[in-house]
This record gives sequence, C-alpha cells and structure tokens, in this order.
Amino acid sequence: MSSETQKILTTDGIPLEESLKKAEKKNKIKAFLLVCPLLLFLVITYVFPIGDMLFRSIDDRMVTNMLPKTYKAMEQWDGKQLPPEEVFEGFYLDYKKLVEEKTFGKLATQLNYEKNGFKSILKKLKRKITKFEEGNYKEQIMAVHKRWADVEYWRALKRRAPAYSYSKYLKGMDMYENEDGKIVQVSEDRRIHKILWVRTVEVAFFVTVFCFLMAYPIAHLLATLPMKYSNLLMICVLLPFWTSLLVRTASWMILLQQQGIVNDFFVWIGLVADDNRPEMMYNKVGTYVAMTQILLPFMVLPLYSVMKTISPSLMRAGKSLGGTPFVAFWKVYFPLTIPGIGAGCLLVFILAIGYYITPALVGGASGTLISNHIAFHMKSTLDWSFASAMGLMLLTGVLAIYWVYNKLVGVDNIKLG
Amino acid sequence: MPKNEQFVRFDKVDKSYDGKVLVVKDLNLDIAEGEFITMLGPSGSGKTTCLMMLAGFETPTNGEIYLDNNPISNIPPHKRGIGMVFQNYALFPHMTVYENLAFPLRVRKVSKEDADKKIDKALSMVSLSGFENRMPGQLSGGQQQRVAVARALVFDPAVVLMDEPLGALDKNLRESMQYEIKHIHESIGVTVVYVTHDQGEALTMSNRIAVFNDGKVQQLSSPDKLYEEPVNSFVAEFIGENNRFSGQVTDFSKDKCKVKLNDGSEILANPITVKSSGEKTIVSLRPERALINTDEKMENNFKGKIEEVIYHGDHTRVRLNLLGNNDFILKVPNSSANMEIKLGNEINVSWNSFDARALDPK
Repeated sequence: MSSETQKILTTDGIPLEESLKKAEKKNKIKAFLLVCPLLLFLVITYVFPIGDMLFRSIDDRMVTNMLPKTYKAMEQWDGKQLPPEEVFEGFYLDYKKLVEEKTFGKLATQLNYEKNGFKSILKKLKRKITKFEEGNYKEQIMAVHKRWADVEYWRALKRRAPAYSYSKYLKGMDMYENEDGKIVQVSEDRRIHKILWVRTVEVAFFVTVFCFLMAYPIAHLLATLPMKYSNLLMICVLLPFWTSLLVRTASWMILLQQQGIVNDFFVWIGLVADDNRPEMMYNKVGTYVAMTQILLPFMVLPLYSVMKTISPSLMRAGKSLGGTPFVAFWKVYFPLTIPGIGAGCLLVFILAIGYYITPALVGGASGTLISNHIAFHMKSTLDWSFASAMGLMLLTGVLAIYWVYNKLVGVDNIKLG
Repeated sequence: MPKNEQFVRFDKVDKSYDGKVLVVKDLNLDIAEGEFITMLGPSGSGKTTCLMMLAGFETPTNGEIYLDNNPISNIPPHKRGIGMVFQNYALFPHMTVYENLAFPLRVRKVSKEDADKKIDKALSMVSLSGFENRMPGQLSGGQQQRVAVARALVFDPAVVLMDEPLGALDKNLRESMQYEIKHIHESIGVTVVYVTHDQGEALTMSNRIAVFNDGKVQQLSSPDKLYEEPVNSFVAEFIGENNRFSGQVTDFSKDKCKVKLNDGSEILANPITVKSSGEKTIVSLRPERALINTDEKMENNFKGKIEEVIYHGDHTRVRLNLLGNNDFILKVPNSSANMEIKLGNEINVSWNSFDARALDPK
C-alpha cells in the first residue's frame, strides 16, 4: 500500500517511528523499572497464589500416585461387576506399600470424601494386610469387610483414577457425577452449598442497598457542609475505619446480644417485654447490621468524591428553571452522582460477597456465608482442593458481576475518587 | 399597556448572614418593566446577595421584595418564574443542549410541539441553531454561555437575572457577548437584572446602573449620568478614572465654590455634596475634561510638569505633577498638534469649574 511510500523520515533520514522509539526507549525502561517492584509483588502475592489455587482445585494426583498399580489394572475393568483379581492384587501391593510408609491415612481421608465408609474399611484392611498370604487377594480382601465386596466402593475408587478432575466444582454446586458418569444433583436434604450461595448473594445485595441508602445523605452532607463541619463529619465516617475490624465486630456483639445494650434499650422504652428479647445476633440480622456499618465508608467515599465535583449552582439552576426541589434533585443531581453510586455499589458488593470475619463472629448458623464455609474446609476438614474450588467459583461470580455491571453502567462511568 | 415602573421592587430590604453584619442595608430599588438594570460594585458589596434574594435562594432578613406588586419572599424559587444565568453557566452536563433547554419547558408541562418551537426560537436567537444534540462539554465557553442565556429565556420569564455571566470569557468574546445580550434584551423586551463588577460592561449594556458599596446603593442612574455626574467620591473613583484633589472649601456660592488645596493654591469647583465653606472635600475631575494649551477661556488654569508619557495608540496618557498632585492624569488625543508632550516639559492645563466636582471627603 501507499504507507511504504509515505513513511516520514527525520532530517537525518531515519524513519520517524524508529527515531521516536529510540528517543523514548530510555524513558520506557525507567518507567518499567519504577513499576517493577509492584509488578513483582503482584505476581508473587496475587498471580501465583491464584494460579496455585486453580491448580489445587482440579489436582487429583495424590490418589492416582498412591495407587499406581491398582489404576493400571483397572484400565481393563468395565466397572459393571466386581473387578478381576489383577485389580485386587494391584490394590494389595499399593496399599501395603502405603502402610509400610505410614501414609495410608491420607488415602483414607481422600477416598472417604468420595464415598463415606471408606475410612473404616481401609483401617480394617490395614490391620489385616500384614497377615495376607500370597495369591488370591480378591478373596482375602473381601473377607476383611463385606463392603469390599460391594462394587460401589470399587467404582468410587475408579472415579478417582484421573489425575485432574472437576468433581470439586460439582460438589460446590451440590452436584456430583454418578456411577453412570452423569452429572446429577445431590439429594434435596444435602444441598447446603446452594443455600450458602444464595444467602451470600442475598446478604451482599442487601448490605449494598443499606449502605447506599445510608451513605447517600451522608456523602451529600459531607460535600455541601462548610469545611469545618464537613471535616468533623468526615472524621466521624473514617474513625470506625481506623479501628480494628475485630474490635468493631466485637462491639457489635456487645450491642446486639440478647442481654446487650440495644435490647436493654428496647426493654427500657417498653418496645419489647423483658422475657421476650429479640435475637439480633447469631442470625442474618446481626450480619446485616454489622456488615453495613463496617462497609459504609466504602460507599461514602466514592459518593463524596463525585458529589464534591457537582457545582451547587446546578441545583439552583434546576430550581430557578421551575423544577421543584425533588425534580431538580432527581433530574439534575442524581444522574450526576451515578458514577459514584456505581463505584460505591461495586466496591461494597464485592467486599461483602467475600466477607469473612463479621459473619463468622455474629452470623451464627443462619448468618454464615460462603467465605465461612471455605474457611471451614481450609481449617477443619483440610479439603483444600474443595476450598480452592469454591474460592475460584466465588472469584468467577465476582468477575461475572463485574462484567454484567460493565454492560449496564459502563466501567468508564465509575469514579473511585 | 402602560409600563409598570415598579415591576420589581425592593422595599427596605436588609440582609444579614450571621446576625452581626448587614450585607445589604435598607435597600430600596424600583426596576421598571423591560428595563436592563445592572448592579455594579466591588466584591462583597452585596450585589450578588440582592440577586440571590430576588431569585429566591436567600431570604431577606427584613423588608419585602415585590414582583409585579406581589410580595415574593415566601414563594420558593421554582415558583417565581424568574430566569437566571449563572456565573459558571450551570448547564446540566449530562443533558444535550436540547434537553437543557427543554428542562424548564418540561417541568411546566409544555407540549412537545410547542417546546420544540420555543427551543428553535431560543437557539436561533443566540445563533446556535443546529447545536441541539451537542453536550455542553463539547461547546466552547462562549457557546455554553449562549446556551445558558437561551435556557434562561426559553420559558418566557418576566425577569431574567444574570450573575456575572461573562466573567469566565476572554476579553474579545466578552465584548461581543455584551452586545449580543444587549440586542437580545432590546428585541424581546424582557426585564434584565445584571450583576457585574466590570464597569465597562455595566456602562455599555445597561439602561440604569445601581452602584453598590458597603451594602448600600451609592447611586442609581443612567450610565452617562453616572460617569459624568457621580454623586459621591466612591462612585467617582469606582467608575472610570478621575483626578482627585483634597482640600477645604473657603468660599461657597450656589453653583461654585473655592477650594483651597493642601499646597496652598485655590481652584474653582462645582459643589455637589459640600454645603458650606469650611468643609473638607475631595474634588474630582475626569482626565478628558482637562485640556492642554487650549484657546478656550476656562476658569482653572495651571502649569504642570510632565512626569510620565505612555503611548496608547489612539491617545497618549500623560502623568503630570500639578498643584501638588503627582498623579494627575491627562488623556491627549494623538495628533500632530501635541508634539511638545515630552518628559520634563511644563504645559498649561485648564478645566471648567463645572467639571470639577467637589464631593464628600470620604
């Protein structure tokens, strides 16, 4: 095309683009070196852990590596009837090795996730395995416990054969791959994760709404009051922000408990009877109240920074042109604050959806969220791959919300300050 | 229909923000229908406060404001039907030009066709036809200003208030907008109350000017009278340039008085505020009223030494040392007759006693 002929040259005859690149090179290197520490920090503290988490959530090599001979033999097994002798022999050899290395406990834990009851029969097998005679391992193993003769357990074992699996994700959605390889829902009474997901989104949504309703007037006042009052108010907004999260949550516990200050006050003004104090903690109410208070500054600050830039003469213009105060507010002021609303809502929602400490302390059973469940699996059941899977699902959910939000409001319209 | 001479009336209006200081003191002001009146004064003189009280954003502490004989102190701004042009335009940044202009019509429930007609008319009046779909941010300062004017006029208000609307524009644009606003006022005959601290703007645009200082109207008159016949030394000093001599009245008659200056010489002056001999006074004389080397017979003739000459193109500014006043300014038209104006020369300066106004000593 003609672009070749139109290439602009500098006075020295070097193409302009090259010359520019050369001239800018030093600055670019400097700029890169300046951001380098941050980049490294992000890679180390953000990209690696998330990558590791993603990997962990699908990594199922532990069982595969523990039972190599078993799975080799299982390749020929169709899974319809009890596996042939070779499988039993392989399993015997693998398991014996694990017992000698004293790492069979991990296998028991892992297999028990797959099917309840594995732990006890593996323990029983461990005790008997030293006395096994050579040959005919099928009979010997089946003799240890009748469940070893149940084809379901062998199928469960086979399901753990692949080195990578998405079964944790299915579990997070209350689903599993049944014996026929179909993805089905778990029985109704065991669908706990669904309840948690719905509750988490619900709590995050309402906390965002409450925060918005409370923060809007505060931010407006902050933006319009004369300096000396607005500074004071700003400190009032930020003071809780500077206090430890735990302290704030604990103070809510003092306020909201059944013998707490709020309840005492209700009894004192005669709103409730002394023997009929409402429960405001260890349920959703406590979670709502405490989380709204804690996340409020995240809504106030973006709103404030946007409102600060709106000239008061705009409202006056709206009124002088004949709009009632409400019309002037709704048609003029409110649309101009949307970037702040967007930023605040997104911030609060994303923070709320992964909130942990507050629901853990004041949430009780009906107020715990998905994050508490993740922590539970991290700390108590030690099923890290499941915790990772749920963490990633949460992350995906947030990204999806961000995407929808971008489509609706437009990220360009967000103003964080 | 006879013109209402008291279309807008400030009646003994006081305003205080903190209960200690009066920002506006005992303001009495009548504005006739269709008049272009300017409130002129230095910042902090109370002129904007008056405008805000008229618009309804401030309430008078005492007294009452009447619009077409109806008291309006208790009417909220949106029911007053007064158009307003703000200093920083106050266009709604999220609406197009069309929507900005449609706002006052929509809240008045004007039908779409009527509104379109009015918006067309208003935009063509400020020569911005075809800009309907632009956002305010895409317009230049002058264009935004025109939109603001069009928006204040589109709903046919009886009174339009303008609060230093040209303050943010550069000099050339400001001057052309002054004429434009003046022409719009003449063509539609709306009552305009205009606030500015720029005396040039006030003089070119207004029917009458109210000079504010210290919360009070110092003088209310037409531009020419204000310039030629200031009633006190503040107005004389604030409007245009003037040469000042302070001294004491030694001889007093009905239309002439003799003023003894601090250096001992005596000049004849026109007594405006002085009432008797013995009073202290400041005599104010416009630079263009003093002539050099003239053949005309004038009552005051003195010699002055040229201290500074500044060339201004069409005229030359000459600073003289005259009668002990080192800051006596003369404006000499540039013509070949005035070649002897050189630094250090002595020249004859004369003026009539009528033009030397003996005012309050302040």
